[in-house]
Amino acid sequence: MKIKCVVFPGSNCDHDTEHVFGRVLNQDVELIWHKEEELGQCDLVILPGGFAYGDYLRTGAMARFSPIMKSVERFAKDGGYVFGICNGFQVLCEAGLLPGALMKNACLQFRCMDVYLRVETTRSPLTRYLSQGQVYRVPIAHGDGNYYADPETIQQLIDEDCVLFQYSTPDGLILPEGNPNGSLYNIAGICNKERNVFAMMPHPERASEPEVGNTDGLLILQSLVRSIEEKTQSPRLATTSVA
Amino acid sequence: MKVRILVRLKQTVHDPQGEAILQSLHHMNYLDVASVRQGKVFDIELKDVNEAKAKALLDEIARKILANPIIEEYAIEWE
Repeated sequence: MKIKCVVFPGSNCDHDTEHVFGRVLNQDVELIWHKEEELGQCDLVILPGGFAYGDYLRTGAMARFSPIMKSVERFAKDGGYVFGICNGFQVLCEAGLLPGALMKNACLQFRCMDVYLRVETTRSPLTRYLSQGQVYRVPIAHGDGNYYADPETIQQLIDEDCVLFQYSTPDGLILPEGNPNGSLYNIAGICNKERNVFAMMPHPERASEPEVGNTDGLLILQSLVRSIEEKTQSPRLATTSVA
Repeated sequence: MKVRILVRLKQTVHDPQGEAILQSLHHMNYLDVASVRQGKVFDIELKDVNEAKAKALLDEIARKILANPIIEEYAIEWE
């Protein structure tokens, strides 16, 4: 499948993302500079981690007005798949493509560590081939990952099954000690109600090769690639089988 | 025309930075300080526009970019 990974001034996980999707998962990945106005043909857009515009004003606040974002918003509204990792999550919230906001970590520390994520639903391309309730160890590296939304929005996320990952203990318990940043409801990743826009604060692309000592992240990215490939290829397969 | 836009977290939103500042003040023995909330100040100079147009413009930029209405509120101060 064809993936476009947006590069903002200050993105710093763009090349990691390109490497993992391109060389580990054998997908066609193209980096696209934020000043471009058209995404062009693709099956998935990724907003990578980093510190777009130095995180000035608020994380993601200025990136969401980059020229490319109009095209990303149109793509998302037409049902295209958009995946935000870390800073990408912040940009998607600022753009209103995902509900809520990411605030300064409650502990005020920049947290760079492994955390445990429990899969809350498999009803999303990102989690379709994971198991509900399964726990994955994935690194985080952020100062503003504290997910906030008003109580009605949190309830709506829960009711619509849009919470993809919660921070948990290694045994999968949802407790404050598993929560690295103060996120409400231990939220680590969500999707929109149409389920085509999804994001997570942890970095699966940093845990995708045995050389880095952890491949839990690869399982998440494999789920994403497999889900989208099946979706985009199924009409063609169906035609073939009829013929 | 010079104006100031103040952006602060809504009262219902937890402000860990304000709390950390309060804690430091208490460590420094400023025990009469009861609470601190941190915000942002934007000093803005406008070209010659009438007040109605300025008000509309400032509301728009405050809502659109300077403040995130999910977590923040803003106030405009005219000089």
